[in-house]
Amino acid sequence: MDIVVDNFTRKYGAQKAVDNISFTVKTGEVLGFLGPNGAGKTTTMKAITTFLSPTNGDIKVGPYSITNDPDEVRKLTGYLPETNPLYPEMPVIDYLKFVARIHGIPKNKIQDKIYEMIEVCGLGAEKHKKIGELSKGYKQRVGLAQALIHDPSVLILDEPTSGLDPNQIVEIRELIKRIGREKTVILSSHILAEVEATCDRILIINKGRIVADGSANELRKRAQGKEVLHICIEDADPNVVFEALKELNTVETVDFVKDKPNYYEIQSRTNYSSRREVFRLCSDKNWFLTELTPLETKLEDVFRELTLK
Amino acid sequence: MKVWVIATRELRSFFDSLMAYIMLIAFLGFSGFFTWLYGADIFFVRQASLQVFFSIAYWTLFFFIPALTMKLLAEENRTGTIEMLLTKPISDWEVVLGKFTSVMLLIIIALALTIPYYITVANLGTIDHGATITGYIGLIFMSAAYVSIGLFASSISNNQIIAFLLALLISIFFHIIFDVLSYSIKGSLGSIFSYLSLSNHYDSISRGVIDSKDIIYFLSIAFFGLVGTEAVIARRNAV
Repeated sequence: MDIVVDNFTRKYGAQKAVDNISFTVKTGEVLGFLGPNGAGKTTTMKAITTFLSPTNGDIKVGPYSITNDPDEVRKLTGYLPETNPLYPEMPVIDYLKFVARIHGIPKNKIQDKIYEMIEVCGLGAEKHKKIGELSKGYKQRVGLAQALIHDPSVLILDEPTSGLDPNQIVEIRELIKRIGREKTVILSSHILAEVEATCDRILIINKGRIVADGSANELRKRAQGKEVLHICIEDADPNVVFEALKELNTVETVDFVKDKPNYYEIQSRTNYSSRREVFRLCSDKNWFLTELTPLETKLEDVFRELTLK
Repeated sequence: MKVWVIATRELRSFFDSLMAYIMLIAFLGFSGFFTWLYGADIFFVRQASLQVFFSIAYWTLFFFIPALTMKLLAEENRTGTIEMLLTKPISDWEVVLGKFTSVMLLIIIALALTIPYYITVANLGTIDHGATITGYIGLIFMSAAYVSIGLFASSISNNQIIAFLLALLISIFFHIIFDVLSYSIKGSLGSIFSYLSLSNHYDSISRGVIDSKDIIYFLSIAFFGLVGTEAVIARRNAV
């Protein structure tokens, strides 16, 4: 099920929370929404899930529009809101049964569906507990279970791993990856490493507008431009090394690295890589090369650059 | 029927939270005490009629209903579960009617538990069955009106106490204020207040007269309350 966001704008009063954004998510794609708080990620997600309607524009999930056929869209989407709202006084099984009945799952299939969700989301030991008694990680799983129980083609997850401990984060990520193989998923996060690990494509939103759209590698390349290498050469006179490195024809600039003797930072010319040249230089001069590391532009830096404007 | 799914969930929640038990015990406690033991009780009045009970219930329900309705939507607004509900394939109306039904069911259970009063009085003297049954019907109609007001008050707040107080505030106009105004103001304005006063309509029904005028009155209040609630829920899309 494709998701097509078409010139979507949403205002709160006079303020534009989302300003005329358009993008498409293809079936089976896992899209990551990145953006500072207040950028418009949650608003966009609330619109896709039909909780809010657009001030302008439209969003289509498959053939259905959120404005004209909201009920059809609701049948196709599973939503895990940022706050993961649940009814604390209900036992897990009762809650899942309630959600199943709201979705109109036929009575004779409900029991099977519930147990399937309990299995998929790892709730076996907790199924009779009241939701209020569960830890945050398990509550998150219940939230995921209610989003999945009707087997939606589209999954919208708003910060699904927020507040979880590292173990729980890994488990939820694995779960999302598994689910993402067959479903179209949009997930939002502040953890850039997580978005990179689970998503095929990343959308960076800032102040209601899309500022970047591409895979993690594409975004890095776009921001990077020039290769940067960190080199460590031991047993040689730093000044001699410095001059020799500068002579290399692929090298643009050479710098010493502060507080790290024998370390040099080399920036290559655009579209050139200096790694082979450096290696050959060291082997020619018999220098002891202990480290040759490309410095990848961290996604954090891409994010900061794009969103601090 | 999705209205039923919502209704049963809310009803079970009332019982799980003990709210239902507390309400039932308090309601039956008050009703029993003032109907049988104290003040102008049945033995004092010496009439084989449940009028005493109906006039007590007129007030106990008035106070209890806002307490029952206060959490229905205010809590969902506060915790955000309303967002989960409204992104499911269930209409705003199904949510509203489901919650309305759950409280009505609880009230019907409470009234059903007073059947022993009916049986007792019937054995003590010749009771007017028609009047008794219409008395119960009057209570149910009155409850429908107040539940819808309470539901509306709950929908516009995310704080249960505000929902409770607002429900009481709106209800008290219908309960006594319009009545008082109708006595002090003469002429056509006075008769408007007289029509708006719930006690007049309640009195005529509980006396055994089922007049369409009264039914329309109660159903209109219920209607406006529910329509208002639905409008508030839909208003989240207002820009």
